[in-house]
Amino acid sequence: MSFGAQLFLAVLEGTVSAFVLAVTALGLSLVFGVMRVVNVAHGEFFMLGAVIAWSVAFMVGDLPLVGFLIALIVGPLIVGGIAVAVDWLILKRIDYNPEGTIVATIGLLYIIQQAVLILYGPEARVVEPPFYFRIQFPWFGYSGYKLIVIGASALLLLGTWYGLTRTRLGLYMRATQYDQETAQAFGIPVRRVYAAVFALGGGLAAIAGVLVVPIQQAHYLMGHDPLLMSFIVVIIGGLGSLRGTLLAAFVIGISDGVISVFFTPTLAKIVATLLVSLVLVVRPAGLFGEKAP
Amino acid sequence: MTGKSNSDNKERRPAGTTPGVSRRTAIKGAGALAGVAAATSLIGLSARAHSGSDAPIRIGFQVHRTGIGAAYGRWYERTSRAAVDYINQTGGIGGHPIEMVIEDDGTDPKRGAEMVEKFATQHKVDFVFGTLFSHVVIGSAPRAGELKMPYFVVSEGYHVASGKLNRYVFQPGITDVRQQVSSMAPWVTSNLGKKIAMIFPDYAFGHDHRDFFSAAAGSLGGEITTLLPIPPTESSFTKYFAKIPASTEVIYHVMVGPAVLTFVKEMGEFFGNNRPELFGFIDSLEAVDIASPGLDYLEGSYFWEAMPRYADGLPTAAAAFYRDQVGVDANGASQSDSKDVATFSHMFGCWETLFVIKAAVEQSGYRSAMDKVALIETLENMKWFNEGIAHPQGHKQFVGQLHQCFGRQFISKVENNRLKVVHTTTIEDGLYEPEADYTKQAL
Repeated sequence: MSFGAQLFLAVLEGTVSAFVLAVTALGLSLVFGVMRVVNVAHGEFFMLGAVIAWSVAFMVGDLPLVGFLIALIVGPLIVGGIAVAVDWLILKRIDYNPEGTIVATIGLLYIIQQAVLILYGPEARVVEPPFYFRIQFPWFGYSGYKLIVIGASALLLLGTWYGLTRTRLGLYMRATQYDQETAQAFGIPVRRVYAAVFALGGGLAAIAGVLVVPIQQAHYLMGHDPLLMSFIVVIIGGLGSLRGTLLAAFVIGISDGVISVFFTPTLAKIVATLLVSLVLVVRPAGLFGEKAP
Repeated sequence: MTGKSNSDNKERRPAGTTPGVSRRTAIKGAGALAGVAAATSLIGLSARAHSGSDAPIRIGFQVHRTGIGAAYGRWYERTSRAAVDYINQTGGIGGHPIEMVIEDDGTDPKRGAEMVEKFATQHKVDFVFGTLFSHVVIGSAPRAGELKMPYFVVSEGYHVASGKLNRYVFQPGITDVRQQVSSMAPWVTSNLGKKIAMIFPDYAFGHDHRDFFSAAAGSLGGEITTLLPIPPTESSFTKYFAKIPASTEVIYHVMVGPAVLTFVKEMGEFFGNNRPELFGFIDSLEAVDIASPGLDYLEGSYFWEAMPRYADGLPTAAAAFYRDQVGVDANGASQSDSKDVATFSHMFGCWETLFVIKAAVEQSGYRSAMDKVALIETLENMKWFNEGIAHPQGHKQFVGQLHQCFGRQFISKVENNRLKVVHTTTIEDGLYEPEADYTKQAL
């Protein structure tokens, strides 16, 4: 295949992964920005979204589009509910202590993973895409559904931006992120905002899982890579900066796609990790992060 | 840091006392633990000391219950359980029942080594068997050698026969990659094409495919157009297809891990109707229903099988008996759940390995761990395992110096969403010059 065609394929693949990564990492970034805690089980919320999508598809039977639409709603709702329960049962009781949350969410990661292994099984299962069509470019064929994923993710990102900037809950979230004590002094129910943010973060990861699962498959270990990549993106973009997260997601996603096609995927991961190291050395707060007090 | 102070639930303690566990309760607990440990080891000791006719032979089963090998592990466990039950029902090993002790290695090399240690020092088993994924074998086998624990792998990898492991490691129940690919090369190069692109997982098992198939195909006039190593946890393959040159006549694929369905789907999306011939190893589709939607793309392609998934591919009484004992139906799925497809080309290795252990114990007169050397030497002198209930996949030639068995292989075509055997190789097709000799190593 010619260089141009390969580049085109690389950019297509990179764009798909960049958008999915942006949605996933956005959840993690919101949680850190507002609550100042790290959710190590974030990748498992992503996996739960995919597994729920499979379960819904299984129950609905022969109508992939219906199953997909239901999963898009039910998945984030269930995962958001789990997130609220986790917040109430665990995070609130350890008082959102940063180190404690890391340890607690690591435990949560294993609990969710093994629960899914027990209930769902060790094998990878297919979820049919809601639309299946193949686009034939002159040099290669491409999945039409992947282009739909790009569109849906873009809509989600826009929707989240709208929610954050134009709604009251979004205002509360931004205020809590900016200065938690003052926000509380102004009567913002900070603890409830935390619960909502944690639910939103989990819900975003779950939607990303639902979107991605027709491309990959639902497997109980699939949360591992999204977690790693989300961390890389959030660190590079700057903890607490949504703009930085989005920018970093695109840089990492597209470079991953291009390096994977022209070199190897392992090299792409090496480059991403080197970028993180570079950022941590040169600009520890990340590209757009707030400087540490 | 959020400035909230700690929670309000702290009790006020009297001054001078330490919170939490007091010394008295700690000593009580330690005493209880020591008592339990002594009691269980007493029971264990008595079981070993009592070498009467009902003392069991304890066999440790190192299984991939979790991790990327979990789908295989599940079937390995069912097959081993069935073999142990059948052997125990028919008199055990020389009159002694088998007691199987199971540990999960998580398909992780480090954990595998820890489990070997646990089997030897804690469970005190006679033998350990069952490891499949080659990176776990390579991580675990050295420890078995250090602990002088006979270690029977059911792995397919070439590592045992390469001589790189140790004299305690055997692979008598399943054939290895080198013989498999060597016996495939003639059929592929004469029936499918000579310009071959290879897609394989980027670790030991995949490297064996790469090295031995390239050599075998090369010697038959074939040419490898490109080599594509894939990280075993890869989830998307489109980027690899871009590297396959247009002159390629055959794509040779062997995949492990959960992404195989994506692999086929993306291959279909990428190539469409204009695809090269496909020759894959059934590893790509173990535990996956070939009639799954999204796999129609494989129609007309070919697969290596070690043991035909569909019963009509090997219609012998022994194979039918084995199939029924392990609970697999004529389509290669669980008798109780037709969506639960078996890893049929690998799991027979567990069954046959247990019967080899049985034969080795009975022929060597093994009674306890002091007889290990005799057992190993006896096994190394065995030459044939005959097809039958103990070896339903077929005759096996056992090469003692390599600790490896040799057997026939099958090539099947995907036709109407089923697999149909089109070629069976002979044992000679896969034989190669031994590169090692374990019998010369000290025990």
